[in-house]
Amino acid sequence: MIPLSWYLIFSAALFCVGLFGVLGRRNAIAILMGVELMLNAVNVNLVAFWRYITPDSISGQVFAVIVFAVAAAEVAVGLALIISIYRRRESIVAEQMDLMKW
Amino acid sequence: MTIAQIIFIIIAAASLGAAFMVVSSRNLIHSALWLIVALAGIAIVFVFLQAPFLAVVQVVVYIGAISILLIFAIMLTRKVASDSGPKFNENWIWGLVLSIILFIGFVYLLYTWPGISTPIEPLASRADPLRELGVALVSPNGYVLAFELASILLLAALIGAIYIAWERK
Amino acid sequence: MTDPINLIANWLRQIFAGWGLSVGLVDFIMALTGVVVICAFVLVVDIFLVWVERKVVARFQDRLGPNRLGPFGLIQPLADVIKLLIKEDITPAGADKVIYNLAPIIALATVLLLWAVIPFAPTILGADINVGVLFLVAVGAIGTLGIIMAGWASNNKYALLGAFRTVAQVIAYEIPMVMILLIPVLLARSMSLQDIVAAQNVWFILLAPIASLIFLVSAIAELGRAPFDLMEAESEIVAGFHIEYTGMKFGLFYAGELLHTLTMGALFATFFLGGWRGPFVEQVPILGVFYLFIKAFFLYWVIMWVKYTVPRIRIDHMLDFNWKFLTPLSLVMVIVTSIMDKILGQPGSAIYTLGMLAANIIIAWLVLLVLRNYVKVERRLVGEPKSVATPYLYESPHS
Repeated sequence: MIPLSWYLIFSAALFCVGLFGVLGRRNAIAILMGVELMLNAVNVNLVAFWRYITPDSISGQVFAVIVFAVAAAEVAVGLALIISIYRRRESIVAEQMDLMKW
Repeated sequence: MTIAQIIFIIIAAASLGAAFMVVSSRNLIHSALWLIVALAGIAIVFVFLQAPFLAVVQVVVYIGAISILLIFAIMLTRKVASDSGPKFNENWIWGLVLSIILFIGFVYLLYTWPGISTPIEPLASRADPLRELGVALVSPNGYVLAFELASILLLAALIGAIYIAWERK
Repeated sequence: MTDPINLIANWLRQIFAGWGLSVGLVDFIMALTGVVVICAFVLVVDIFLVWVERKVVARFQDRLGPNRLGPFGLIQPLADVIKLLIKEDITPAGADKVIYNLAPIIALATVLLLWAVIPFAPTILGADINVGVLFLVAVGAIGTLGIIMAGWASNNKYALLGAFRTVAQVIAYEIPMVMILLIPVLLARSMSLQDIVAAQNVWFILLAPIASLIFLVSAIAELGRAPFDLMEAESEIVAGFHIEYTGMKFGLFYAGELLHTLTMGALFATFFLGGWRGPFVEQVPILGVFYLFIKAFFLYWVIMWVKYTVPRIRIDHMLDFNWKFLTPLSLVMVIVTSIMDKILGQPGSAIYTLGMLAANIIIAWLVLLVLRNYVKVERRLVGEPKSVATPYLYESPHS
């Protein structure tokens, strides 16, 4: 069937694409989308390891479910923050949020 | 090359292509829609991994809620209907280099690990994974603490998000 | 001849195996054939629904409805389809072409996806997944995406506003629906729809009447039918998110809405009215399809009855109704049903049925008591004559 290495390489590639999104984009919401890609890559990794290495213990799937919940919470709060920032400063470009820089 | 392998390669390539379009699309709404394609591809990968519950939860939580939230936030935080300005910040080359190096590092690490060629065992010899997942999430010997903490986290995020985004006159 | 569908499927399988194809490929081709058959069947029923809609609304409004084309106006939907096909296909200036064209396709496709898990008969269903109920929730969640895409891509303020309100309504009413879907899952001990139908020796509408009522109300709100039809309030926001769609694209939205109504009727029948259950269905499985569609059409008629009887609800009343009444009530119902299930023992016995029914009746009575008190307070507030011509209506700044 499908070897484990395929799943792991897929998830590694997805993680790196998400990382590039976080490091390279200007808009704060685009950065958040990169973070979502990274979290999804981690989920794929967890479930692949559960299926191939430890299918007897359900911990892999439980971990993935908790990651779902945490990702949802993080997106909600992150977007609320971004909307609040937009109201104050009329822009959500990440480089311009530099009030606390030295 | 069995049919399953061909379909997996197609789905994985589509997901990665969509993910790449997410990070390199000028129009933010298009980015969000490509994100939805990528997440749908990942849901299909979950089905390949014989975790159908996670596949459906992925669709409900990510595509049905988080993506819609992202699209709403994009619509609420723009002055004109089209995006302006460059899409990458000034140091994007370093980001690209770092991502590529990290990917090469991952692949190298994976292939030096002997467990990479673990064969797949059939799942049918055990109890129903859905039932096990449900029991594990609420049993005191299982992960009920993590479950309860996740619910409190969601409650805190709910209250926090409403409070932060509340429009104060 | 009692089960023609499986007969034909097995015959096709033998033909394909005779050609020497591998087992995986044969399965794949059979799955594709099944998809095509279900989609074709459902879409043909959809065209029939246009006729049903127009005839029944006419009878509710004390007139005849279409009766010129064909006997009883049965060819009328064909004329409608031809009209929609030959209309000019306009794309508004500045619209995002790809998303604009994709939105009606997604709106119809998500409705067709729902038919993959509905069991037509003991041996006829698309896919028996063990998380069928969650699959329904997931596909419903994708449906809202089509609405946002339509509203956004039209490059029109009214469409965008309509899309926002629609999504607020649909997402809000998903919550009681998902929680109420827990109750048939609880009573049947499984999330697979075929198991839920198989477990209904006593129809679940008798075991959980309040739950079925809440499901019906949430379903009507999800569909965007009156009284919750702010999505397409012709008099208020000029047809909402599909204002810029003409011709067959509008036809897809319209047909999608009618089909969604029938699908919700079929789902209600599956969860609460016993699905394909009926006399002689074990011996002649093809009768199951017949029973399911009778029940689905009955529910479709009830939904239309509600639509053409009550006026539209204002958006803030609608959202209040959801968050302050339906959601707490569904939470209470889930808790009460789980507790009663633990106390009463096995689902088959008469004690179980009577116990659940009694619990539901008590909850209904308590809810009506609470509502009565609330309404009394409201009426007193509104009914008292308030004096407006007093000199000091507010705190004077000097005192």
